[in-house]
Amino acid sequence: MIPGPFELVRATSVDEAVAALVEHGDDAKILAGGHSLLPLMKLRLAMPGVLVDIGGIPGMSYVRVEGDEVAIGAGTRHHELEKDAVAAAEVPILPCTAGQVGDPQVRHRGTIGGTVAHGDPASDLPTALLALGGDVVVQGPDGRRTVPLTEFFLGFFETALAEDEVIVEIRVPRTGSAGWAYEKFTRRANDWPIVAVAAVGHRTGGVGGPYGVALANMAGSVVRATATEEALARGASIAEAAALADEGTNPSADMHADQEYRRHLARLLTRRALERAAAA
Amino acid sequence: MSILGTRVVRTEDALFLTRGATYTDDLVDDRLTGALHATFVRSQVAHGRVLAVDASAAREADGVVAVYTAEDVDLVPIPPGRPMVPPAMTRPWFAGDTVRFVGDLIAVVLTEERYQGEDAAELVSVDIEPLPAVVTTADALADEVLVFPEAGTNLMAAFGEPAPADFFDGCEVVVRQAVVNQRVAPVPLETRAAAAAWGEDGRVTIFCSNQGAQQAKAQIAGWLGLDPAVVHLVTPDVGGGFGAKIGADPEFALVAWLARQTGRPVTWVESRSENLVGMLHGRGQDQVVAIGGRRDGTVQAYSLVVDQDCGAYPRLGPVLPRLTVLMAPAVYAFPKVHAQARAVATNTTPIGAYRGAGRPEATAAVERAVDLFAAEIGMDPAEVRRKNLLPAFSEPHTTATGAVYDSGDYAAALDKVLAAGGYGELRAEQARRRERGDVRQLGIGLSVYVEITGADNGLGAGESAGMEVHPDGTATVLTGTSPHGQGHATAWAMIASEQTGIPVDRITVVHGDTDLIPRGAGTMGSRSLQQGGVAVHRAATELVELARQRAAEQLEADPADLEFDLGSAALGVRGTPGTGVTLAQLAEQEPLLVRTRFDAGGPTFPFGAHLVVVEVDTESGKAEVLRVVTVDDAGTIVNPLLAEGQRHGGIAQGVAQALLEEVRYDADGNPQTSTLADYPFVSATELPSFELVDMATPTPMNPLGAKGIGESGTIGSTPAVHNAVIDAVAHLGVRHIDMPTTPMKVWRAVQQAQQEGTH
Ligand SMILES: Cc1cc2nc3c(=O)[nH]c(=O)nc-3n(C[C@H](O)[C@H](O)[C@H](O)COP(=O)(O)OP(=O)(O)OC[C@H]3O[C@@H](n4cnc5c(N)ncnc54)[C@H](O)[C@@H]3O)c2cc1C
Repeated sequence: MIPGPFELVRATSVDEAVAALVEHGDDAKILAGGHSLLPLMKLRLAMPGVLVDIGGIPGMSYVRVEGDEVAIGAGTRHHELEKDAVAAAEVPILPCTAGQVGDPQVRHRGTIGGTVAHGDPASDLPTALLALGGDVVVQGPDGRRTVPLTEFFLGFFETALAEDEVIVEIRVPRTGSAGWAYEKFTRRANDWPIVAVAAVGHRTGGVGGPYGVALANMAGSVVRATATEEALARGASIAEAAALADEGTNPSADMHADQEYRRHLARLLTRRALERAAAA
Repeated sequence: MSILGTRVVRTEDALFLTRGATYTDDLVDDRLTGALHATFVRSQVAHGRVLAVDASAAREADGVVAVYTAEDVDLVPIPPGRPMVPPAMTRPWFAGDTVRFVGDLIAVVLTEERYQGEDAAELVSVDIEPLPAVVTTADALADEVLVFPEAGTNLMAAFGEPAPADFFDGCEVVVRQAVVNQRVAPVPLETRAAAAAWGEDGRVTIFCSNQGAQQAKAQIAGWLGLDPAVVHLVTPDVGGGFGAKIGADPEFALVAWLARQTGRPVTWVESRSENLVGMLHGRGQDQVVAIGGRRDGTVQAYSLVVDQDCGAYPRLGPVLPRLTVLMAPAVYAFPKVHAQARAVATNTTPIGAYRGAGRPEATAAVERAVDLFAAEIGMDPAEVRRKNLLPAFSEPHTTATGAVYDSGDYAAALDKVLAAGGYGELRAEQARRRERGDVRQLGIGLSVYVEITGADNGLGAGESAGMEVHPDGTATVLTGTSPHGQGHATAWAMIASEQTGIPVDRITVVHGDTDLIPRGAGTMGSRSLQQGGVAVHRAATELVELARQRAAEQLEADPADLEFDLGSAALGVRGTPGTGVTLAQLAEQEPLLVRTRFDAGGPTFPFGAHLVVVEVDTESGKAEVLRVVTVDDAGTIVNPLLAEGQRHGGIAQGVAQALLEEVRYDADGNPQTSTLADYPFVSATELPSFELVDMATPTPMNPLGAKGIGESGTIGSTPAVHNAVIDAVAHLGVRHIDMPTTPMKVWRAVQQAQQEGTH
C-alpha cells in the first residue's frame, strides 16, 4: 500500500501544469483530489513517474451562472458542490448527486474535474452531468477547447482528454425548476453505485427529448439511455420508456450483480427516476 | 450502594479520544531505535509448485539489508498442534516447494525504511507452476487434489457418525436444506503488527497485536525453540481482534527470529490488502440441516451435518465444528439430535476463531431449520419455538451432545422480546402489506439462542489476577486477560473498588506483559469477566484480608474485631472511631500485594432471543434493517454501559454476516475481496438504533454470577436477520436464500419462486 517512486511537481497555474505534462509526456499524471489516482498508485496499479499537483492553483473552484449555463471550476470539491447555493437553485441534481459520492472524507477531497477526467463507468457526477448535457472545457498547449459531455466519455477509463490537457471547467445548462432525480443503487450508503440513473427534465426539450437520462455502470463508460430518451420524445409512457433503459448497454458482471440483474436494475431505477422527476 | 451494576464511564476513553491509543506500530521505544522494516512477499497463486525464488535483484535494491527465503530459514516447520490433524499438515515458514493459498509466505525483505520494502519486494522474482486449486469443501472432500499429498487426504478432523437411516421415521413432516455459513473476514481496524528487539542480556522483547500475551509468548517460544524465560512479550493497545488475534501468527515469530539473525530490531505492520488475505478468516461452513416432526408443531428429530473449510493450514479450523456439534441441540427439547462434522483443508486463507467461533454456526443452522419447519407446516415461527423450547431450569441440564447448561429460561427470553417488539402488531402490519401487494414488504425474523462461554481453551477455565495498594493510596490491578475494546480497565477497577473502597480513577489495570503477569489465558470466548474479572474480585478480597491481618498486628487487635470501612479504605476496631489504619498506610510499611487465581468450575451458557424487522424492496431485492430488538441474558451485569457496547458491536457484526459480508474466491482460488472496496464490512449507516431489553439470570458458576456477553449479539442477530429477509418474501414462494442475502440473491429468489409458481 505504498506507491512506487515518483516526482512531484506543484503547479501554480494551469499553464504551468500543461507545460509539465508536455515536458514529461505519458509518464506524468495530474493530481487533483487524489481519491481515484492515489488508491491506484497504492495498489501499484498505476505507477506514474511524475505527479503534477493542481491543488494549489488558485481560482479553480467556483460555481457561477453565465447566461443560460452554470460554469463549475474543475477544482470544485464534491463537498463544495453539495453545499453550493447557486448549484442548488440552478442545477439541483448536481449538489444532490455530489452528496452521494462515497463518504465525507472522499467528498472533501475529490474534485469534479478529477471524477470527469478519470472516466470511471460507475462514477456518480459524470452520470448526472451526462444527463444534463453540456461541455467540458479543457486547456492544452494550444490553448482551450470545448468538448461536449456527450462526446467526452469514450470507454473504460477512456475519455476525449489528451495526455497534455487539463480540464479547467464544466458547463451545464441551467435546469432551474425542471424535474430531476438521481437514483443510486448501493448495498451500503458509502458505496459506489451498482447501477445509478440520472434523469433531468429539459426546459427546452433538451438533446434527446423532454428528459435526459444517463446510466452509471451499465457499459464501459457512463452512457445515455438513448432508447428511453427517444421513447419519451415520441410520447411513450414512463413505464414503456423505462423498459428500454438497458437497450444497447453492455454491463459488466461482478459479485454484486451479474449482467441480467444490472439490466433489471437499470430498467427499475429508470422508471423510479422518471416517476420522481415527473412528480417534481 | 455497590458500584457494581452501575454505568461507570469507560476510564480508557479519555486517552483514546485525545492522544489516541498506542498500537504496536505507534510504539516509540528505545529498544526499537534503528529498527529494520519487514515486508513479506506472498504467493499470488492459490496452489502451485515453487520452481524458483530469485531474490538477487531485491538484495541489490535501495535500503535492502537482507532478504530471506525458504532456503535461508532452518526453523522446524510449524506442526498442526492439534492431535486430530494429520501430522503431515505442517506449515513451512516460507514456501519452498509448494504454495497453498494466495497470501502464503514466500520471502521477507528487510529494509532501512518502510517505503523501500514494497519497492524491493516487487523485485523478488517468483516462478510458480500452478496446480489445480482446492477451493470449496466439496473439492476438498473429493480428495482428488490434495493440499498436503503426504497426508493422503484433505480431511483434518471428523466428528460424529452419519445419522441412522431410521432417524426421521415417524415424522409427519421432514424438511431438508443445504445452508451456507459463509466465510467472513474479521477486519480489525488495526491490522496485524509486530516488533522485536534482542537485548544484551540475551532476552528478546516482542511487541505484537494479540488477544493474550502469555499464549502468544508460549507459541512463539515453542516455534523458535527458545527457552520461554528469554521471551518477554508485550501487548500494546490492540485495535480489534474478534478471535483472529488469538495466539501468535507465524509472522510475529519471524519478526523475532529476523531480529536475532540481523542483530537489529525489526518491525512489521501489514497493509489492509495483506490483512484481507493473510489474517485468519472465520466461519466457512457448508451445512445440511434436516428437521422432522408433527404438523402440530412438535419437532421430533433434528440433524446437522457440517463441512468446515479450514483453509490451507490448521489453526482453529479443525476445532470449530466440535463447538458447532456440541451446541447443535441449542435451546430446544428436541427428543433426537444428530450432529456430524468434517473439517477439510482447502487452498484458501486459514480459518480461525471469529466472534462466536463455532457456536454462531450452530445457532444459525437450527434457527433456519426451525423456520423452515414452521413455514412447511404453516405455523407461526414464534409458536413453533415456544412449543419446542426447553423449560426453564436452574439445575444443570445435560444435552444430547453432552453440554451441561448452567441455568436458563429461554421461553421467558422469547416472550420478552416478542412483547418488546410488539410482535402481534408487526405480523398485522405484515399481513396488510401482503394484502395490498406493497413493493416494500415487511420481514420479521426470530432467533432464540444459547451459547457456551468461558470454555476451557486448553489453558484451563481460570485466570490469574494480582492487586497492589501503593503508599499514595492508588492501586494497581494485574490481569491475565487482554482487553482490546472490552473495557477491562474500567470493569476490573470497579470490581477492585467495590471490595477495597479505592476509587476507580485511582486504580490502574495492567495487562499484556509477560514479565509482570507470567500467567494468563487472554481474552476470547467471552471468558474475561467470568474468569478474569472474578479473579480480580478474589484478589481484592484477599488483599483486604491480608490488610486485616497486618492491621490487627499493628493495632494489637483481634482481626475479627476489625471493621473495613469502604469510604476511607481503612480498617479500624469496631465501635472505636479514630483507630483506623488505611490500606495506604499499611502499604507504606511493607508492600501490600496479593497474587491469586480463580478457576471456574466450568463454562457458562448465556442465552437470549432476538427479533429483527426488515423491509425488503421486492423489485430490487434490497433489504433494510428497520429494527433489532434483543434480549441477551449474560447473568449479573457489572457495568451495563460496557455490556451494551459488547451487544452493539456483536449485533452489528451479526447483521453484517446476514446481509453483507462474504470472503469470495474464484474457481482458481484467487481472492475476490482483498480490498475494502470489495469486502463490504458493515458501518453505522446500515444499522438502526438497537432496542436492548434487560434480562439477568445469574450463573452459579462464579461469585459474581456473570456469564459472557462478547459474542451473544453476533450469535443471536445473524439468524434473526437472515430469517427476517426470507420471511419478507416468503409469501411470494421463497423458502430459503443463503447468506449474505444480497439484493441480487433476494431478487433472483423472488423471480424463481414466481416462475415456479406460474408453472
Ligand atoms: C473510498 C472512496 C469511495 C468513493 N466513492 C465514490 C462514489 O461512490 N461515487 C463516485 O463517483 N466516486 C467515488 N469515489 C471517487 C471520487 O469521487 C474521486 O474523488 C474522483 O473519482 C476523482 O477525483 P479526484 O479529484 O480525487 O481525482 P484524482 O484522483 O486526483 O485524479 C483522478 C484522475 O483524473 C486526472 N485528473 C484529475 N483532475 C484533472 C484535471 N483537472 N484535468 C485533467 N486530468 C485530471 C488524474 O490525472 C487522474 O488520472 C470514491 C473514492 C474513494 C477513495
